[in-house]
Formats: sequence, C-alpha cells, structure tokens
Amino acid sequence: VDYQHVQVPFEITLWIMLASLAKIGFHLYNKLPSVVPESCLLIFVGLIMGGIIYGLNDKSPPVMDSDIFFLYLLPPIVLDAGYFMPSRPFFENIGTILLYAVVGTIWNVFGIGFSLYGICQVKAFQLQDVSLLHNLLFGSLIAAVDPVAVLAVFEEIHVNEKLHILVFGESLLNDAVTVVLYKLFRSFCEMPSIKSVDVFAGVGKFFVVGLGGVLVGLIFGMTAAFTTRFTKDIRVIDPLFVFLYSYLSYLTAEMFHLSGIVAIIACSMGMKRYVEANISLKSHTTVKYFMKMWSSVSDTLIFIFLGVSTIGENHEWNWPYICFTLIFCLVWRALGVLVLTFFVNRFHVNTITSKDQFIIAYGGLRGAICFSLVFLLPDFHRKKLFIAATTVVILFTVFIQGMTIRPLVDLLAVKRKRESAPTVGEQIHIRFLDHLLAGIEDISGHWGQYYWKDKLEYFNSKYLQKILLREYDQPKSSIVLLYEKLERKHAIELAEAGQLGHAPSHPSLLNNDRTVITDKKLEDTVNPDVLEDIQEILARNLYRIRRTGPAYNRHTLPGETELVEHAKKILILRHKSL
Amino acid sequence: SVSHSQITRLYSRFTSLDKGENGTLSREDFQRIPELAINPLGDRIINAFFPEGEDQVNFRGFMRTLAHFRPIEDNEKSRDQNGPEPLNSRHNKLHFAFRLYDLDKDDKISRDELLQVLRMMVGVNISDEQLGSIADRTIQEADLDGDSAISFAEFVKVLEKVDVEQKMSIRFLH
Repeated sequence: VDYQHVQVPFEITLWIMLASLAKIGFHLYNKLPSVVPESCLLIFVGLIMGGIIYGLNDKSPPVMDSDIFFLYLLPPIVLDAGYFMPSRPFFENIGTILLYAVVGTIWNVFGIGFSLYGICQVKAFQLQDVSLLHNLLFGSLIAAVDPVAVLAVFEEIHVNEKLHILVFGESLLNDAVTVVLYKLFRSFCEMPSIKSVDVFAGVGKFFVVGLGGVLVGLIFGMTAAFTTRFTKDIRVIDPLFVFLYSYLSYLTAEMFHLSGIVAIIACSMGMKRYVEANISLKSHTTVKYFMKMWSSVSDTLIFIFLGVSTIGENHEWNWPYICFTLIFCLVWRALGVLVLTFFVNRFHVNTITSKDQFIIAYGGLRGAICFSLVFLLPDFHRKKLFIAATTVVILFTVFIQGMTIRPLVDLLAVKRKRESAPTVGEQIHIRFLDHLLAGIEDISGHWGQYYWKDKLEYFNSKYLQKILLREYDQPKSSIVLLYEKLERKHAIELAEAGQLGHAPSHPSLLNNDRTVITDKKLEDTVNPDVLEDIQEILARNLYRIRRTGPAYNRHTLPGETELVEHAKKILILRHKSL
Repeated sequence: SVSHSQITRLYSRFTSLDKGENGTLSREDFQRIPELAINPLGDRIINAFFPEGEDQVNFRGFMRTLAHFRPIEDNEKSRDQNGPEPLNSRHNKLHFAFRLYDLDKDDKISRDELLQVLRMMVGVNISDEQLGSIADRTIQEADLDGDSAISFAEFVKVLEKVDVEQKMSIRFLH
C-alpha cells in the first residue's frame, strides 16, 4: 500500500468528493434548503468533520491555507459571478454600487476600528494592549461584505433585480478597498512611525489598486477575445482560453498587488461579448457548464473548510470584545447604508425604499475572505483573539442572518423580481427608449449614463468588433438573438411534446399530401412550404413562451437544454430557405 | 415646473446650438451634434422638436419638448387630479415615444412603421423576412383588439412593467 505516493491528490479528491456528496444529500430533502441555506449546512458538515479530525488526532485540524483560498478557491467563484453578471442593471446602478463599495466600506472600517478601540480602553475588559492600529487592521478585514456568502444566501431569496445587483456588486467591488486598507494598516503596524505622507500614499494606492485591476482585466479580456478569433479549426480548446486568460488576469493583478477580484470581473465582462460571438455553441455551453461546476465546487469546499477550521485551539475567547465586534458590525453597517442611501436617493428618481435598505444592511454577510485574511495576519499575541472574533462574526452572519433573511424578506414583502424575461416587444421598446434618451441627452447637452453607453457602442462597432470578432460582418443585435432563442425554445417544447411529428391541428395550413415531419426527417429534407407552416405554428403558439428564473443563479445555467442542437438545425434550415 | 437655473442652463445650450444666431434652431443645427449622427433614431428625435410643418423651433418649443424628460417629483405624484397633466407624466412620456413610432399620426403603430423603426435599430445585416417576423411577433404580443397594429393603449400595456419614469428622465432636469 503506497499511500505516500498518492497522498496529496487522493486527499484533495476525497475532500471534493465529500463536498459533492454533501450537496447531493441536502437536495434529497426538499424542504431543507428552503429553511436553512446551503452554506449553513456545509459549515455544519465542516464542523462535524473538524470535530472528527480533532478527536482522532488530538490536535487542531489543518486550517484552511490562505494561499489555497485566494489562489485556487476564490477565482472560480468570482469568475462565475463576473461572467454571468447581468451587465445592463450593473452599469445602470454602477454609481450606487461604487458608492456603497468604496465609501461604505471605508465608513465601516473606520467606524468598527475606532469603536473597538474605544471598547479596549475600558479597563475591565483587559484589552488595553490592543492598539488603535491593531483595531483598525481588524476593522479592515471584518468590514468587507463577502461575495461568496452573499451569493449563497441571496439566491435562495428572490429579491428584485436592482436590489440583488446592488448588494452583489458591492460585495465584489469592495475587494479593492479591503485590499488597500488591509495592506496599508498591516504595513503601518510594522513601521515605527507613521507620517501623513504615508496616509496620502495609501489613498493614492486605492485608486491604483482599483483602476489597475480594471486595466489588467480589460487587457486580458481583449486578448482572450482576440485569441478566440482564430480558433475556428481547433474548437476543442476554445473553452480553455476563457479560463486561462481569466485566471491569468487574476494572478497578474495579485502579483502587482492590485485587486485580483476586480481584474477578473473586468476580464470576464469585457470578453464575454466577443468570445460568445466567436466560439461555437458547444464550446459556449462547455464554458458555462465548467464555470458553474468549478464555482460550485469551490463554494462548497470553502464553507466546509470554514467549518473544519473553526474547531481547534486557535481561539482566544474574550467575550466583551467578541460581542462588541458583532454589535458594531451590525450597527455600523446599518448606519452606513442609511446615510449613503439618503445621498443616493437625492440623485435618483427611483428611490431605494426603507425595506430595500433593510435588506441591503441585513444582507451584509461576512464570509471566507475575512477568515483567510485574519489567518494571514502577522503573529502577534492577540492574533487568536481576532481569529475568534472573526469566526463568531462569520458564523453569526451566515447562520443567523442567512437563515432569518428569508422570513424577513417575506415579512417585509420586498418587491419580488418579475417572473418573466422581457418579451421581444419589450426589448425593442426598451432599446428604443434608450436611443431616444441618449439623443435627448445629447441635445440637451447633459452627459448622462446613456452618453457613455452610446459612445461605447460606437467605439465597439467601429473598432473593437473588427479586431476581435471572427465574422464581424454579421453582428446580430440582441433583439434578433432573443427572438431566435425564444423560437428555439418553443421548437424544443414542440419537439418534446411530439407535436412536430403530427399534422398541425389548424386545417388551413396543410394539405393532405404534404410530407409529415418526424423528428428524424427534419435533419435531411424539409420542404420550404412545411417550414412556413412550422413558422406559422410557432408564430401562433409563441404566446405561451414564458421564461422563468433569475438572471443569475449559482446552480443552474440560464435556461439551456441539450435539445438546443436539434432545434438549432430546424432554425438553420428555416432561415436558409427564407 | 423647471427651476430658474435649469432654464438658464438650457438657454445657454440653446444659444450654443444656434449657429445662425437668429433665436431659432433649424434641423441643420441639430444635425451638427455629432452624437446624434450615430444615434439610430437621430432624425426622428430631431423631428420631434419641430411642430407640424415648420422648420424652425424657438426656445419655448425647445423647452417644451425637453420638459417631457423631466423626472417625476415625489410631490407631483400625488397632485390633484383636476389640474392639467404635466408634460413629464408617465402617460405623456409614453405618448411622446409613441409619436416617434407613429409617423402618420393615426394613433396606431402599423406593421410598416414598426418595420421602419426596427430596420433603423438593427442595421442592414438582417434579412427583410426575419425582420418581418420580428415585427409580426411584436405586434402579436401587443395587439389586444386584433387590428394588427399597436394602439397607444396597447403600447402602454406592453411597457407596464418597465420603469418608464426612470428610462425617460434626464437627471439634471431634476
């Protein structure tokens, strides 16, 4: 038995297997995921595992290595989030999102840091040796809202799109702020004296980190798009480029101490449009499935490891500090949201209601990022206290807030997201209104949000598409794509129901001596007249198409089935005959 | 009503566009705005400023058209029903958009009118048949009284789930 030889890959595979089996287990009991979010269950499993390991080895189980987390587990999740991010609501609300992410996080960091320092001054708590700088450092890592946790919980509760994108976007973008503040305070801890120059350097660094991350991401994204232009003959490795370039952008950004999360999001959002146009449908499906798979596995592993790492002797319990940390996290977040929303509502017609504000504040979950950051802290004698406090906050937010957010949402009856995707008519009219508003804004001389969108579109069609798309002389507008998608879906439904195998019920459409279509025959010979009948059938029945499902879902792809290929052939033949 | 500073701002914009300095804008003045040239609906939007059959628009007309795009204030939402409806109400905003579709002003968007707009919005790479199918689909979805055209009421209904107030409001006219 040569266990040493295979130990490392074997153990990794076993962990992943455990994670996946746990997931299956949860979904066997239908009621369970609706009451307890999956993340809680996974942490619970981790706790059990940690307890077992602790019991067997009689020492602390292996703590999740921060490097493993940041380099291997986090990127797939962020990539998945960035790739499937609905870009329209994201950019429409980008101002608000940035405000929450940047100003809100800074507010939280300093608020929590200073109030905890105030607590430390109280003699009774025996905390005097925790300096202000240490408290600020702790504040910087505990204040940031975690995208993994937010995603995990928010998708169980289907709130309206705008709210979802606000919290989600904020959790992704506050990484830049967190990185800067954390590194800043950490370097301050090691410096003998701090001058104001250093503080200003810190502020400047924030811009560098954020914008640098975006730049790195866009460069890699454009390169990826360009590469896929030439992959016509080697379709099989198409999907690989998407992943390679995204991962490279993350690593490069981290290498330069820029924000890797922002880079990978910029990369995936930038390249998505061109890559999807260039690669084949099969590659596209592969990309989507792999992304979902990897992010799912990562997500599960993170939560399990969180549970495992909690058990052990890494903690120092100081009840006042821990309790006050928790209280301050909640309080400062709520205050921050209130104040910021007040400002935001002054500038927007569409106000964020107080119910929405409550959800934003309550949905500020902390997760694995804080956990890893706290382990990365340099060893000083109060480190275990911080670890304990972080653990408690994470467990509280994930369990208590995660479990209660759904009943609270129901209680407050937050405006739920609309059940159906926009119809062709809606999409056309919305696009129409967009152009109209852009024109009006141009005339009135105000550079509104549509100005940038139109400018970008112009730049895109003039230059980018020519360079980055393989067949740039056939760009399809999204209206046409949507129309085709709806028709395809309906064709699938008809094919599944076997209706294409029978003569249609409408008497005037067919003569008796027409060829009856069967599923198999569609592939060889389809009569143009019959195609027209299909179209007629489709057109008459298209009312029934109603796509349901949220725009972004962790566990499923947005509405694809395996029968797409089959239906696609129908469409291609039909369009050829037109 | 628009505030004093906003009027001043719009007036300075008006004069900067008015190259002939005669107090009115012609179509050429609008067409000089480069961004409008790349806007697929550019010509239609320009036409919306000019009253029926005229080639010049004065500042009052300019303001009046732009007033449709003022955001709806909260205190206006609960105004009394007896007064005249302000230009920037949801109803009037939609009506403005509707008039851009409906060139022959028969209060219906016919299939041809829809096709024209679609053609403008999707470019030249889509075949006429495909476009026709899309237009048919759009009319079918919206058409409630079966006349194969979209009336204003049907248009309003299609957009009932869309946040028109936000989509048709320029922020700085707050």
